[in-house]
Amino acid sequence: MQLTIKYFGMLAEATTISEEQLQIDACSVSELLKKLKNQHPKLNDKDFKVAINQQLVDNQYVINNEAEVALLPPFAGG
Amino acid sequence: MEKKKPKNVFVEGAISSEFIGTSIAKHQTKTSIGAHNIFLGQVRADEIDGKVITGIDYTAYEEMANQKFHEIREATFERFDLTCMHIYHSLGKVQAGEICLFVFVSSPKRKVVFEALEFVVEAIKADVPVFGKEIFEDQTHQWKQNG
Repeated sequence: MQLTIKYFGMLAEATTISEEQLQIDACSVSELLKKLKNQHPKLNDKDFKVAINQQLVDNQYVINNEAEVALLPPFAGG
Repeated sequence: MEKKKPKNVFVEGAISSEFIGTSIAKHQTKTSIGAHNIFLGQVRADEIDGKVITGIDYTAYEEMANQKFHEIREATFERFDLTCMHIYHSLGKVQAGEICLFVFVSSPKRKVVFEALEFVVEAIKADVPVFGKEIFEDQTHQWKQNG
C-alpha cells in the first residue's frame, strides 16, 4: 500500500522534507515509526503524535490501507 | 441538524485591530445579543538566554486544524447558549506585539460568554495542530510549545 507521510514544524526541519511517499505492507504505527526513524535518525529524539487521515492514533493502530500519515510535534496554537 | 463543512479559520499574517473592530461592528444587527467576550492572543517578546523573540512564524496541518476548530465550535455550541462564535488564527509571520488569535463569542447573557470563551481558547491550545517557530533577533529560532 502507498502511504503519504507528512512532517510538520520541527519535524520538517529535522527531516528536511515536508512530505514523502512510502510503499509498505500493512503495519502498526510503531513498525512504521521504526522505519521512518531509520530513514531519518533525527526523529529519534523528537516528541510527536501521529495522525492517520487526520485522526490521532496510538502506536498499536494498524494501517492496512492507503493513508495520509502526519507526524505532529507539540502544538503551539494561540 | 445539517452537517456544516469546516470553515477556514486561518488568515495570513497578523490579525489587525481594524479587522477586529469591523467584526464587532457587524454584530450591531444581531440585537438578541446582550454580551460579547473576546480573546486576543498576542505574540510576546520573551527573552531566552539573553536573546529576545521578535516574532513567530506559524504553520499548521491545515485540513486537520480546520476540522479540529470545527469540532471545538460544535462542542461549544452544544455546551453553551451562544448566539454566535468566530475564530481566526494567523499563519505565517506575526511580529511581537501583534495579534495571532482572535476568538469572539456572543450570547444573550454575560455569564455564558465568560465560561464559553475560556473553554474555546483552552481547547484550541490543546487540540489544534498549529506549530510556531519563535524567531530571535539574530535570526536563530526555537519551537514554541503550549504548556
